[in-house]
Amino acid sequence: MSQGLIDAITEMNEEAALKITRQLLDSGSDPLGILDDCRQAMEIVGKRFESGECFIPELIYAGEILSQISVLVKPHVKQEEGGKKAGKVVIGTVQGDIHDIAKDIVAFMLDVNGFEVINLGVDVPPAKFVEAVTRTGAKIVGLSGFLTLAFDPMKQTVAAFKAAGMDDVKIMIGGGPVDENVRQYTGADAWGQDAMAAVALAKQWTGG
Amino acid sequence: MFPTPENWNTLSLKEKQASRLKAWAEAPVPFATPEAAQGYKQRTQMLIDVVHLSKPVRVPVIPWWGVFPMHYAGVTVEEAMYDYEKLGNVFRKFNADFLPDGLVSCGLVGPGKVFDILGVKNYRWPGRGVPADTSYQCVEGEFMAAEDYDALMRDPSGYFQRTYLPRVLGGLEGWNMLGPWTDVVELPFVGLALIPTGLPPVQQAFKTLLEAGQAIFEWLNAMGPIEGASVAGLGLPSTIGGFTKAPFDILGDTLRGTRGIMHDMYRQPNKLLAAMERLVPVAIDQGVRGATGGNNPFVFIPLHKGADGFMSDKDFKKFYWPTLKAVLLGLIEAGTVPYLFVEGGYNQRLDVITDPDIPAGHTVWMFDKTDMQEVKKKLGGWATFGGNVPVSLFKTGTAQEVTDYVKKLIDEVAGDGGFILANGAVLDDAIAENVHAMIDTAKQYGVY
Repeated sequence: MSQGLIDAITEMNEEAALKITRQLLDSGSDPLGILDDCRQAMEIVGKRFESGECFIPELIYAGEILSQISVLVKPHVKQEEGGKKAGKVVIGTVQGDIHDIAKDIVAFMLDVNGFEVINLGVDVPPAKFVEAVTRTGAKIVGLSGFLTLAFDPMKQTVAAFKAAGMDDVKIMIGGGPVDENVRQYTGADAWGQDAMAAVALAKQWTGG
Repeated sequence: MFPTPENWNTLSLKEKQASRLKAWAEAPVPFATPEAAQGYKQRTQMLIDVVHLSKPVRVPVIPWWGVFPMHYAGVTVEEAMYDYEKLGNVFRKFNADFLPDGLVSCGLVGPGKVFDILGVKNYRWPGRGVPADTSYQCVEGEFMAAEDYDALMRDPSGYFQRTYLPRVLGGLEGWNMLGPWTDVVELPFVGLALIPTGLPPVQQAFKTLLEAGQAIFEWLNAMGPIEGASVAGLGLPSTIGGFTKAPFDILGDTLRGTRGIMHDMYRQPNKLLAAMERLVPVAIDQGVRGATGGNNPFVFIPLHKGADGFMSDKDFKKFYWPTLKAVLLGLIEAGTVPYLFVEGGYNQRLDVITDPDIPAGHTVWMFDKTDMQEVKKKLGGWATFGGNVPVSLFKTGTAQEVTDYVKKLIDEVAGDGGFILANGAVLDDAIAENVHAMIDTAKQYGVY
């Protein structure tokens, strides 16, 4: 474990993080160990986000540092080792809405907290959500929407799961105007104000 | 057009503001009926009263409208963007049916044909990338590259013309071959400096622009009578004169994008700060020109990326607020009234925005998910405030629930005046009765 690498990431020091990564790789360190340091660093950033010490710029920038480290490390990794995952979550912005920033933050926070996230992107039709759940066996779905016009597509997506007989799939919704009124309207199982709420719900639903 | 008085430079801030408010309230509108004239007078007076932080005859209600007028009329947004007869039918009926205290303008729907001609790439709009009945949406992207800061700062207009617009407007791509107009000095150099204008892609870009200009006038000529029917026929004053943005949002929304600007906060904070400083006079000028041209002192400023959760307080004070404050002071100095649409939550920002350098009675702050009791505590007696009725309630609640919410809000925070009733965020999808409930409650329950 390289405390230096973990610190560089959590202190948002891109230059140092990349330099240490190169040094570790040059000295023959285990590339999976480097990725594990990254995971630990992101966990720290995620915790700070949860406690209100970190905000969106920190998350986005830490994510950017991480993706650059991955580029350096990936060629050295012989085989992707699937780590133990807390559970699978299918997530996407509903049909007709192309906002992705908040949805990607939720995906990121779920990932940091050990969930395998299947991110379907934006403008996702109900059938595609159902198809992704069928394919992956995920038991949790996150629907995102920034517009009041997203309420109906959310409702339709919830209905599509009901119609497919997938009553065991838990559905959470979130995004700008979403609140308890919208949860009731759409028939979703829960709603969340922010990414931390999404993580808490996912943990609760997986018994974590 | 606002008729600037000759002694303008000798006027105080209050006198400048009063001069603009008076010109707006007394605009020579050819009212259709005495009732319309009376309604216009009453509505403008209510707004003047709340800007002065006093009690008007009743609580004014000026909702934010997204694409709800089209939904109400059963017309798709795409149809309204491309068929101005339908646009007119939608807005004439909407204004007459709802009668809020400010004109529901058809201008924000936008001319689809113009966007098609220009080949807009950084937005999707109904029928062009998003469904026909939804609102336009921004495409997240880095249309200004990370290394473009120096070019932007050296010459913002030149940067827009030769770099940014060719990237976001496909039809003007040829402009990336143009040279700066400032090369045109001294006779022998005129020809040399303008050589690029003869290049086929540049010529094509200008032809496209001329075509867009004609289409813009078709739209403008259609809009005139539509707006006129509501202003002169119903006595609804326009409540948006100019438009501008916080420098952080100018860069973060459509130039660098959300991710891009957040990377810049770490990788090149000084360039970002300098660029925002450079954009302050540009943003002030945009707002003041709109207010002067439209003879309407209110400058609409939607706030986006400084909301609670978007950045730390420290970063808000460093990156977001200083240049927004400079823009507000510039607008106030010009006698205009910044009318801020504070989207999301601003609970953590209230102590920062109530900056003692900003004079009392010169700004309007419309909130969304911010605690209104705190707003009243901190902004009361200093600025006009309002908003907050949750948009979700209009779609998922009942008219009674809306009425109850509005009554409670009025009871809790509107008592001392200086308050404008509105929904918290833009209204796209709603039940008409619920919207009526908000407006009617202001008119009946909101009487002082």
